[in-house]
Amino acid sequence: METKENKKQNIFLKTIPYFDKYGILLLLFLMIAVLHFLQPEVFLSWRNVTNVFKQISWQSMLALGVFIVIVTAGIDLSVGSIMMLSLMVLAITSKAGAAWYIVIIIPIIMGALCGMINGLGITILRMPHPFIMTLGTLYIFRGTGNLISGGVPISGFTEEVRLLGNGRIDLTWLGLEESQYLPVSVVLIAVVFFLMWAFLNHTRTGKWIYAIGGNPNAARAAGINVNRILVIVYSLCGLLAGFGALILAGRADSGYPNAGLNAELDAIAACIIGGASFFGGRGTVLGVFVGVMIMGILRNGLNLMDVSSFWQQVLIGAIIVIAVYIDVLRKDLGTRH
Amino acid sequence: MSFSNKIILEAKGVSKYFGTITALEDVNLTIKEGECLGVVGDNGAGKSTFMKVLSGLYKPSKGALYFNGNKEVLESPRDSQNLGLEMVYQDLALAGNLPIGENIFLGREPTKKLGFLKLLDYKKIKEMSEAHLDKLKIHVKSADQKVEELSGGQRQAIAIARATAFNSKLVIMDEPTAALAIKEVGKVLDLINSLKKMGVSVIIISHRMDDIFAVCDRVMALFQGTNFAESELSKTSRDEVIGWIMGKK
Repeated sequence: METKENKKQNIFLKTIPYFDKYGILLLLFLMIAVLHFLQPEVFLSWRNVTNVFKQISWQSMLALGVFIVIVTAGIDLSVGSIMMLSLMVLAITSKAGAAWYIVIIIPIIMGALCGMINGLGITILRMPHPFIMTLGTLYIFRGTGNLISGGVPISGFTEEVRLLGNGRIDLTWLGLEESQYLPVSVVLIAVVFFLMWAFLNHTRTGKWIYAIGGNPNAARAAGINVNRILVIVYSLCGLLAGFGALILAGRADSGYPNAGLNAELDAIAACIIGGASFFGGRGTVLGVFVGVMIMGILRNGLNLMDVSSFWQQVLIGAIIVIAVYIDVLRKDLGTRH
Repeated sequence: MSFSNKIILEAKGVSKYFGTITALEDVNLTIKEGECLGVVGDNGAGKSTFMKVLSGLYKPSKGALYFNGNKEVLESPRDSQNLGLEMVYQDLALAGNLPIGENIFLGREPTKKLGFLKLLDYKKIKEMSEAHLDKLKIHVKSADQKVEELSGGQRQAIAIARATAFNSKLVIMDEPTAALAIKEVGKVLDLINSLKKMGVSVIIISHRMDDIFAVCDRVMALFQGTNFAESELSKTSRDEVIGWIMGKK
């Protein structure tokens, strides 16, 4: 009797880590099912699905960047501004007639540099919390972006520059119709998320990022150069925001002053919905992807049903609270054995 | 006594000043292979400062350290680790969100090559940590278990396992039993005894006479930053050692 009971409990305990990792997927599938039921004609159509992916393409880059920062128990409020500044630099370089490969590489370098400034500020200037440094640079970077562009939109980029954000991969050779193409940005999301997953889970630096989030003193005692890793993390976050700028340049065909306004909050929300913890050391790349998808699908679904954007705000806020509450319940479950 | 006569660490005339404050003045220490030395003293006697000097976290203002008879200048804890000295910190210095194995190898993870990439070798981490835990008779469900799921005693055991995973010759433990439930204290003391049998020297800083008298071979007392008294354990008593802590001989 007892062994049977034990076995049952063992199976229960063994499923907890999986629920821990993949539980949030259930919420995503549930939302997809509900929206498919409400909008059976449109929601899962090729056109709409690719649309969702195109819409989340640049947000997913910001969210992934903010995620690795959150893993170290930090925060980056400046990603929206980094993206805007990188976009403006891209637009100015393009306007100046630089070759397309320079126009493509420049926002990425710009983003990484901005991130490095954040990282160095937090470590060398010993800011009491990353919140303060990145709150400062939120204003500094956006202000700089407006200064260099004069605060007006700069439009019109070449085909090569727009490829990542607007490119299409033809699938007619698979027997699909011409309208059923694969956006380049979908491939980009897949590649970047895979690389980040591999980096975080299969390299020493990635493991150290989680260790710093778990206990920075332990990391230091283990001989890990915590400050160096933090600078790398914030630089990577900035680099991803630069990627976001490149994608947005392709989608919008314009550098505009309001680009990425409040985008840092969406990015943080996606991480939190996806199960990352503000206390650091917790969360998965898959979780971030699901978090971004949940927000994207919610917006898309509500648009399809013609719900006002004011309601969208209310609902996204509610989802954040519900997702974290589910997490709290799960933790209760995990410790009650 | 099972230890040999080989002196593995000697500190000669160590002084440490922080501005005008004298934390340590002319402190000496020797420890032999496989020996367990208890260091006692009141709060502020300089125990922790002294241990930080030994581990390379602080540089001594005066005096020198000799590892296996060679004078060494330590620039960081990495240097002392390379000489075979490991510290077990009072706050344990473990990352709760990582599994046991990854904590043991934190900062020194084995990797395997995939083309030009160096990837973590999880299989090796698991195998090596389980073998090491077996050697120390530390029993956990699996090396994949997260440290935050362990009890205080198990965590202390993992911290000690971590300190001894890389052929260390000397382990310094700062209050290894202070945060533990009474029934777990015995397990940690057993672990210290098995380290001694393996020829590892141990320095224990502790307030608990029970611990000192259960595992140490020798005890030394610091008082106001100086050597106050020292004795073979068999030639002293609890009351005498408690007297030393309070500055009475």
